[in-house]
Amino acid sequence: MLRFIINRLIAMVLTLWAVSVVAFAIIQLPPGDYLTTYVATLNSNGDRVDPSTIEALRQQYGFGEPFLVQYWKWISGIVGRGDFGQSFEWKAPVTTLIWGRLGNSILIEGLAVFAMWTIALPIGIYAAVRKYSLGDYLATIGGFIGLAVPNFLMALVLMYLSFVWFGTTIGGLFSPEFENAHWSLPRIWDFLSRAWAPVLVLATAGTAELIRILRANLLDELKKPYVTTARAKGLPEWKVILKYPVRVALNPLVSTIGWLLPTLVSSSVIVSVVLNLPTAGPLLLRSLTSQDMYLAGALIMLLGVLTVIGTLVSDLLLAWIDPRIRYGSK
Amino acid sequence: MAVETISPAEAAAPRKIRRESQLALMWRRFRQHQLAVVSLWLVITFYLIAALAEFLAPTDPSAYSARFTYAPPQGLHLFLQNEDGGWSFQPHVNGYKSEVDPQAMRRTFVVDPEVVIPVRFFAPSEPYQLAGFIPMSVKLMGVEGPRDPFYILGADRLGRDLLSRLIHGTRISLSIGLAGVTLSLLFGIIIGGFAGFYGGWFDSAVMRIVEFIRSMPTIPLWLGLAAALPKDWTALQTYFAITIILSLIGWTELARVVRGRFLSLRTEDFVTAAQLDGASDWRIITRHMVPSFTSHIIAAATLAIPGMILAETALSFLGLGLQAPIVSWGTLLQEAQNIRTLATAPWLLAPGICVVVIILALNFFGDGLRDAADPHGR
Repeated sequence: MLRFIINRLIAMVLTLWAVSVVAFAIIQLPPGDYLTTYVATLNSNGDRVDPSTIEALRQQYGFGEPFLVQYWKWISGIVGRGDFGQSFEWKAPVTTLIWGRLGNSILIEGLAVFAMWTIALPIGIYAAVRKYSLGDYLATIGGFIGLAVPNFLMALVLMYLSFVWFGTTIGGLFSPEFENAHWSLPRIWDFLSRAWAPVLVLATAGTAELIRILRANLLDELKKPYVTTARAKGLPEWKVILKYPVRVALNPLVSTIGWLLPTLVSSSVIVSVVLNLPTAGPLLLRSLTSQDMYLAGALIMLLGVLTVIGTLVSDLLLAWIDPRIRYGSK
Repeated sequence: MAVETISPAEAAAPRKIRRESQLALMWRRFRQHQLAVVSLWLVITFYLIAALAEFLAPTDPSAYSARFTYAPPQGLHLFLQNEDGGWSFQPHVNGYKSEVDPQAMRRTFVVDPEVVIPVRFFAPSEPYQLAGFIPMSVKLMGVEGPRDPFYILGADRLGRDLLSRLIHGTRISLSIGLAGVTLSLLFGIIIGGFAGFYGGWFDSAVMRIVEFIRSMPTIPLWLGLAAALPKDWTALQTYFAITIILSLIGWTELARVVRGRFLSLRTEDFVTAAQLDGASDWRIITRHMVPSFTSHIIAAATLAIPGMILAETALSFLGLGLQAPIVSWGTLLQEAQNIRTLATAPWLLAPGICVVVIILALNFFGDGLRDAADPHGR
């Protein structure tokens, strides 16, 4: 187990490094450098630019120097001091802007994963046990629709329906009075009354996928002799199913979290834009359209890091519940 | 075991050998999958619409009319009720009357059943070029008077005809899916083919890269790449750039499929035989290996198209994909982004229905194709 964890950790560090290179490459992509844009905006605002400030910035970020030197200055700032650079649009360090937003992202995505499992588990089991029943067909059809309707479209439709039926707009995560309040019971309640929509939208595609996999796995397991044995020994039917085949069928499901996560993070960006949530998504979109590249780079990198860590957690979880993986990887 | 007795007559008769080509076999198996057949027809219809966009669209997609801002859908009526109560065949649409909404204090249009505007099929029109090179001067549908409103699916913010825009958008969205997949397939076959055929360090390096790309959230990456496109590029340049950006990530899945096929075929007897015969690597790959898994690759490519279409829609929807003069499903949906617009003009969500239908159809079609292509299937 220890060996497995160490191997995975090494792989993760390498992946994180690759993520940072990609994020930095994206920072560098737009023509012209950040400093020129910064000076241009300052000038257009009528501010006088102090040449010594520019020189200091040039030194700090290594503008005009080769890619590797600039990358080194950037990454050592992040790793050493937790400094992601300056956002020239907000005129503030990137770090002050992103953490709250990322926290909301993680919260929403975590809730979506939770929702996926709680919805998919009973439906998947039901669909497998009552194969070809009306419920099974409904689950299959619902699954296909869940897979085919793009998330942002579902968010739009939900927004429209709630406006037409209830006269309210869904969107945002907090009412104005709770925007900057500390966490308290009313604030949690307020949050939940608004968060259900994005969580549900984000969970649909994943739920459909989980139901499909769980149903297929469980159908394979239900045919096996040990199930018949358990049944022959007089175990109640619910115990036969929950105690043995479901547990086996769950294993591959844990690993699917690993590859559902990139899609989830991806779609949370676009759903957040539609529903106007204070998560990383809208901030990323805005920073990209205004070419506020250090902010954008930091967000792209952290979203990538989030995904990689989530995948690692699901891998470790899988190794923990499935000895075949733990011992097979020597 | 029963011993069969063969009468002399039977033995003498020439044995009939029924031969069927690989394609015919596939088609036979494909037809059993009814949903896939229906989907195939849907896909063909959509691509026909894309090909004949100029002919099918009643008006120019960018022709605007300030008089009919957010005009609701008229619908197309085929029969008209006469004074004596009988029905006669007369395709028509109804005109509008404007009402002032007392709540919002805004002029809105209501379809007025009293006003009948006859619609002509194969109506003469301004000369145009179908698909850019066939000169034509007839459209599928048209109204007589040039100032008569003709908005079967309604109008948008600038009074442009949604149906025409939808039809032209179909061309862009479907073609970008096809172009993106073709490009991804090219990358996928070259990279995955090399990795699978030669193996070794190149294979492991490629597989690590593929795993890495697949473990990243795609939308932030796509957004980052698309945002770097120069703003002064022409529509065509953006179109191709977006295609390239989509395939930069899209090739991974196809490369994996190709590599897997190469790996499993490399040890087959017929490949060894070809090698012993002294055939060159190139010849073995192109003459012996590729033909044996073409159908699989086609199925995998078909299943990759929906992802491309979705990605383009998402990017354009967020405003970082295709830009304004180009009409695609994504840029159309962008108009429906805020709730005020949606509440006044819910018909702007129509492109979303197209997206869902074509994605379902391509998925079922691809599934059917994959099942049919599998030689070990039932």
